[in-house]
Amino acid sequence: MTDIPGLPSRRSFLKGSAAGVALTGLALSAAEAEAAPPVPLDQYEREYLTADEWAFVMAATARLIPSDGDGPGAIEARVPVFIDRQLAGDYGRADDWYMEGPHDASAAPARGWQTPLSPAEVYRQGIPAFDAWCETTYGAAFAALDADRQDEALAALQKGEPGLDPELRDFFTILLANTKEGYFADPLYGGNHGMQAWVYIGFPGARAAYREWPERHNIEYPLGPVSISGERA
Amino acid sequence: MARQEQKKDVVIVGLGWTGSIAGIELAREGLDIVALERGHDQATVPDFKYPNQIDELKYGVRLKMMQKPSQQTLTVRRNGGETALPYRSLGSFLPGNGVGGAGTHWNGLNWRPQPEEMKLRSYVTETWGEEIIPEGMNLGDYPVSYDELEPYFTHFEKVAGISGKAGNVNGEIREGGNPFEGWRSEDYPMPQQKRTWDSQKFHDACTAAGYHPFQAPAGIASTAYVNPYGMQMGPCNYCGFCERYGCYQYSKSSPQTAILDALKRMPNFEYRTQSEVLRVELAEDGKTATGVTYWDEAAQEEVFQPADIVILSSFSLNNVHLMLLSGLGEAYDPLTGTGTLGKNYAYQMNGGVTMFFEDDHFNPFVGHGANGVCIDDFSVNQNDFGALGFIGGSYWRSGTFNGQPIRNMPLPKGTPSWGAGWKDGIGKWYGHAMSIGSHGSHMSYANNHLDLDPTYTDRHGRPMMRMTFNWQDNDLRMNQYQKSRMEPLAQSMNPDLMQSSFKDIGAQYDVRPYQTTHNTGGHIMSETASEGAVNRYCQTWKAHNVFAMGAGNFVQNTQYNPTGLVGGLAYWTVNAIRTQYLSNPRPLV
Repeated sequence: MTDIPGLPSRRSFLKGSAAGVALTGLALSAAEAEAAPPVPLDQYEREYLTADEWAFVMAATARLIPSDGDGPGAIEARVPVFIDRQLAGDYGRADDWYMEGPHDASAAPARGWQTPLSPAEVYRQGIPAFDAWCETTYGAAFAALDADRQDEALAALQKGEPGLDPELRDFFTILLANTKEGYFADPLYGGNHGMQAWVYIGFPGARAAYREWPERHNIEYPLGPVSISGERA
Repeated sequence: MARQEQKKDVVIVGLGWTGSIAGIELAREGLDIVALERGHDQATVPDFKYPNQIDELKYGVRLKMMQKPSQQTLTVRRNGGETALPYRSLGSFLPGNGVGGAGTHWNGLNWRPQPEEMKLRSYVTETWGEEIIPEGMNLGDYPVSYDELEPYFTHFEKVAGISGKAGNVNGEIREGGNPFEGWRSEDYPMPQQKRTWDSQKFHDACTAAGYHPFQAPAGIASTAYVNPYGMQMGPCNYCGFCERYGCYQYSKSSPQTAILDALKRMPNFEYRTQSEVLRVELAEDGKTATGVTYWDEAAQEEVFQPADIVILSSFSLNNVHLMLLSGLGEAYDPLTGTGTLGKNYAYQMNGGVTMFFEDDHFNPFVGHGANGVCIDDFSVNQNDFGALGFIGGSYWRSGTFNGQPIRNMPLPKGTPSWGAGWKDGIGKWYGHAMSIGSHGSHMSYANNHLDLDPTYTDRHGRPMMRMTFNWQDNDLRMNQYQKSRMEPLAQSMNPDLMQSSFKDIGAQYDVRPYQTTHNTGGHIMSETASEGAVNRYCQTWKAHNVFAMGAGNFVQNTQYNPTGLVGGLAYWTVNAIRTQYLSNPRPLV
């Protein structure tokens, strides 16, 4: 089956579905298996991202944290859901930030966030700008490229090679940061599905009670994570 | 026309550590007090309860306990030639918000300064001569000595509930404590904390090297404890959620755990939240304040609160901003050296080494904000400034303080920041790294100062404060010296890999990565009115019924976390108000 440009790839579809979870070999705890499975990613009702933006976020996060090898990838962790919800909320709108002008988006990076755009607006303008660069450079939008080309394009974006407008300069920085946030945040926010990212590295999540552990020197902590809502893995 | 509230004896601006201290001590004198707090109300229950507080995204990353720049921020430039730009999203430092202030979300590291740091200019000139003071450095003495403050440090440690082991009790050096600390009239109120695996390794390496390791003084309860106000603390369970969080189990020292519930019971004390003070109002002769005007967020109107005494106890930067806006002194001009407000803004010079041990399990999530073993062997009073070519020093510490994986994921240099290599790296190295931090002094300089911004305004239309700040060679040389001493020690521990992160000479200030919220100076203490904004009792030179609390009083920053000095100075100031000022209100100097 060939992936169709502009649509979620077969690979993404399988990863996002319950079948995908089984195929990639993630263990489900008894409690989790009894719970209703999450909405497959291709049926997820987006809160902020458009269909094209969703396709980009699915494709980009799948390369930033790939599914190959040990541990979940961004797709199994449902990072795109996390990003969509974050962009729809106060973070995406920059509610807590000072956004009044005048703005000097060309200021040195060390001067901090100086674009007039909120994070959600940076995604909205950054995705088509980067896709246009991918079209020019590789002949197709990012989501339609093969994995090696996608890696190459993301590496170029990280180095600033596509020459996006200064207002969009931090696009890669927040895309990567939001991807890692969605991987490691409490599942409450839509990512880190099944706490598998915590299981992978050995972080116990919201256990937050280790009174007998400070002086158990050089012994690996044995318990798996719990989440704020009480899930166990 | 502003609404006017009933007059109070005392109005307190900001209900963090120092506002709470002023509140309870002056309420005990029978004074009628109101505290105005810009932010929201918050208490251990229900605001910090488990498990909701154990949320790295909400508090650690989205910073929901912190000041919102949309509500209040400042502009930053590195030097006078640059145009200052707003600090639009928080990065380098994180002022708190709401009841408890930064005392709610701190790490709990509670230090006293070394006696030499309180009289640093005299110490330097008497030991090496004035000629070693670099051009542009505003090196000063505090107009109060360690010996004078000692009882107040001791009292603050009892109130805050500090765990530790004394190294110097009335001049007698005690094994296992810090031999280079100033004298203490008594030991810490609680025994020292436990030692995690990383701090044990560091301890053993320091001992082998002939250094003098000791457990970090921690505002983290090691036992059950009742403080002088009857407030109770329970022993810490090493949950690893201190910095940026409220403590869910009454173990971390904070205004909530140490003072506020006792204070709230007093009928002559009230506090109003969502009440942001806009300016201090001065009498026509300009020699006293008549009260403060604040913005009542709920009523959406300005309110005048008359009072006989005004206590400025907001975060250091906000205190300076209020004083600049209110004319409580002249703005400092770095070119002429005239004026005092905004002078001697200082920060902290930090660095560290990270070591990777493939076969060791550090369980980085088991810890607390003030966990760890320290040494003071390269601190201010141990360094030969004349020979080393800088003025300053640092303390070192190693101990797990959080294992929260979004922000705390040390990886060997060369590990890709994303993709398969990153994913392999986190699987391989999480839990197998430890670090040693160098927490260093920061001197004051003409370049580094605070004034009002000519362009940007806040939501009330007031000019924002402008910070002019960059790293200076003296402190960078100090940092490089610490690196040169720390790397061999780290090497002696035989890590599989190690890497350093110390700013190099020429480093430029970057507002993006978190560095520290130890923003000091700006309304400094001084012997005379021409040198600083407040006198030795933290009473403003301009208006004798206005007292300014907090780290804004620091002449230059010490090598330590500021809370111990902030708390000691607060009790010193309140004692002067109680014993000298109330019976005869006047300039105390």
